[in-house]
Amino acid sequence: MRVRAQMSMLFHLDKCIGCHTCSVACKNLWTDRKGAEYMWWNNVETRPGTGYPTGWEDQEHYKGGWWRDDKGKVHLKIQNQPMGLARLFFNPALPQLDDYYDPFTYRYSDLFTSPQGDQQPTARPISMITGDEMEITSGPNWDDDLGGSGTYARNDLSLDGVDPEIRQQMEEIERVVFNYLPRICNHCLNPSCVAACPAAAIYKRAEDGVVLVHEDKCRAWRMCVAACPYKKVYYNWSSGKSEKCILCFPRMETGQAPACAHSCVGRIRYMGVLLYDADRIEAVVHSPDDELLDTQMDAILDPFDPRVIAEAKAAGIGDDWIDSAQRSPAWKFVKEWGLALPLHPEYRTAAMMFYIPPLSPVMSTIENNLARLDIGTDEHDFELFDQLDKARLPLKYLANLFSIGDEEVITKILRKMLAVRLFKRRQSVEGFVDEATLAALEAAGTTPEEAEAIYRLTTLPTMDERFVLPPYHREMSIESLNDPLVHKGQVGVGYLTPPTRGA
Amino acid sequence: MSGNDLLFVVVPYAAFVLLVVVSIARWRLHEFTVSSLSSQLLESKRLFWGSIPFHWGVSLILIGHLLALLIPRSIEIWNAVPLQLFLLEATGMALGLWALFGIVMLITRRVQVRRIAAVTSPMDAAVLGLLLLQIVTGLWIAIGYRWGSFWGTSVFVPYIRSLLTLSPQPELVASLPIILKTHVLAFFAFMALFPFSRLVHIITLPLNYLTRPWQKVVRNAPEPYVYQPSADEFLTKKS
Repeated sequence: MRVRAQMSMLFHLDKCIGCHTCSVACKNLWTDRKGAEYMWWNNVETRPGTGYPTGWEDQEHYKGGWWRDDKGKVHLKIQNQPMGLARLFFNPALPQLDDYYDPFTYRYSDLFTSPQGDQQPTARPISMITGDEMEITSGPNWDDDLGGSGTYARNDLSLDGVDPEIRQQMEEIERVVFNYLPRICNHCLNPSCVAACPAAAIYKRAEDGVVLVHEDKCRAWRMCVAACPYKKVYYNWSSGKSEKCILCFPRMETGQAPACAHSCVGRIRYMGVLLYDADRIEAVVHSPDDELLDTQMDAILDPFDPRVIAEAKAAGIGDDWIDSAQRSPAWKFVKEWGLALPLHPEYRTAAMMFYIPPLSPVMSTIENNLARLDIGTDEHDFELFDQLDKARLPLKYLANLFSIGDEEVITKILRKMLAVRLFKRRQSVEGFVDEATLAALEAAGTTPEEAEAIYRLTTLPTMDERFVLPPYHREMSIESLNDPLVHKGQVGVGYLTPPTRGA
Repeated sequence: MSGNDLLFVVVPYAAFVLLVVVSIARWRLHEFTVSSLSSQLLESKRLFWGSIPFHWGVSLILIGHLLALLIPRSIEIWNAVPLQLFLLEATGMALGLWALFGIVMLITRRVQVRRIAAVTSPMDAAVLGLLLLQIVTGLWIAIGYRWGSFWGTSVFVPYIRSLLTLSPQPELVASLPIILKTHVLAFFAFMALFPFSRLVHIITLPLNYLTRPWQKVVRNAPEPYVYQPSADEFLTKKS
């Protein structure tokens, strides 16, 4: 056992309202620069939809992630090593700027300098790359709330395997359904961007699992951009360097949650430490599809297990980090309660950001201008509890996103969440919990105590409960590499050498 | 000192010193600027037709030139059979034309595609112009002064070797036609521009990708570290 720590973010999709505050916080902090205008290290997609960059889940096109051959060997989808070198001159899988969008601004000076006339002057849109006037044909969140078009949802690859009849129904205006999917870098255990970088410029930090691009070492071979199945490494066209989400490590090192999580209006995001066994990554990566999710979950270690604690200490993880791992909301949601899943585990990168799948209303049909719920004529006290197949968002769709098509996994999670809801409703509306509700809790594999804990952390958590950030002890790592007094004189605001584009 | 001495002794040494000193300085002081500055994100279709022919064509021809310098005798023996000489020359010619096609595509792309023009610096123009000159003069020599691989080993190789052994003999190339001289001087200019331009990406060729493990995990401190200075050490420590 080799214990390592991972800072993990958890997204409670049931609470996401799609306001994009996270994206804006991130943009303001990190990507409001030349060459980075088009980058959204954090973005929120409307799903079903094609996402950003358009169709990023189409790995036959973009060649992201890993694949497992018939003999059980695992290969990088984009290249083997000699191919990686042979394709330095041209990378066939690289997304194009227009797969994201052409970043634009407006020529506001026109408002002041245009001659007097009968019409109000207009600020014309211009490209932020060329400065030329342009027609805006796409932009960040162009397909927000499906953008009034059936095209985006229709082309969502994760709808594969959903009953064609249901797909047809989803396009009817009364039955349209969508949820939001906020995405950042998944800071994977088996990152394909790291594996694809010919220059070895990308690495994973051992102490907290953050995957970073060493900007000095990056040589713009741009394999990482295509190799990341989540398309979360971006190429800065101005500086000639790849960039990605850094999980706001400068904030975490000073005890603050990442900006996206900190600013989240719906409070859907949680941050915490997960301890994992680095020796098991190999097994995770090589598991067949039907065991992949389980082996990944097994690689996450119980921070209360005395053996894990001993091994963690031997690996240099301090008591305060272990304590932090024990209080981690990520640990609770992912392992203790089993409510959260990684996004697209079939990419075999062992993504370490986790999602709680969303509940959705019951399918309904419009009859005589009245909505009729599609749950039959029987008396249904527990609405969807036994009829999740009638949920508006098809189970198959969620399964394609989070569990490699396994609907059982999703059903189990949604039933548990519904059980918690029923339990709390009985408690607060009727003042007591009846036998039927307790039976529902049991059927969902939970207890009143656990349901109460899930409820509290879902709806009433304080900032400190949502973001359990371990102390980073930067002073120790500084001392181990530098004389602290010398270091003190070298830090501050600004650059030692400005990050200018090379000639 | 004659003009010939200046061009074929001072210039190559100066270019070489620039190449070495500035490359090292740039790498150590401003490594952030060392990049191939790919523009594929902005335009891909025309890059395919430019970048691949240009890079492969030029690299292989450069290797050919290097072989002539390293193993001139073997080249001469190979060329003793007329058919083999013809094969070698034809291959070189094909590669040269391929590279020419590539660089013309790259130059027209830079000029015609607005997004690419937006990321083009004067240095890019200089580099592309110089490479075009190099390829055109090379092809010119191949056509106008046939069988270069045959006579080259006895004309250029002694001169380059005299430079490398620090006993320069510029007179060896003094009487050559102007087009041959241009080709050689353009290479010296290439060496001089190398450290100042995006050409530095050539020395960053990541060969260790073939052998390195897929994953890379970096620790902040080499091992669990507890700093416990003794009282003496703390007091005497200089900042």
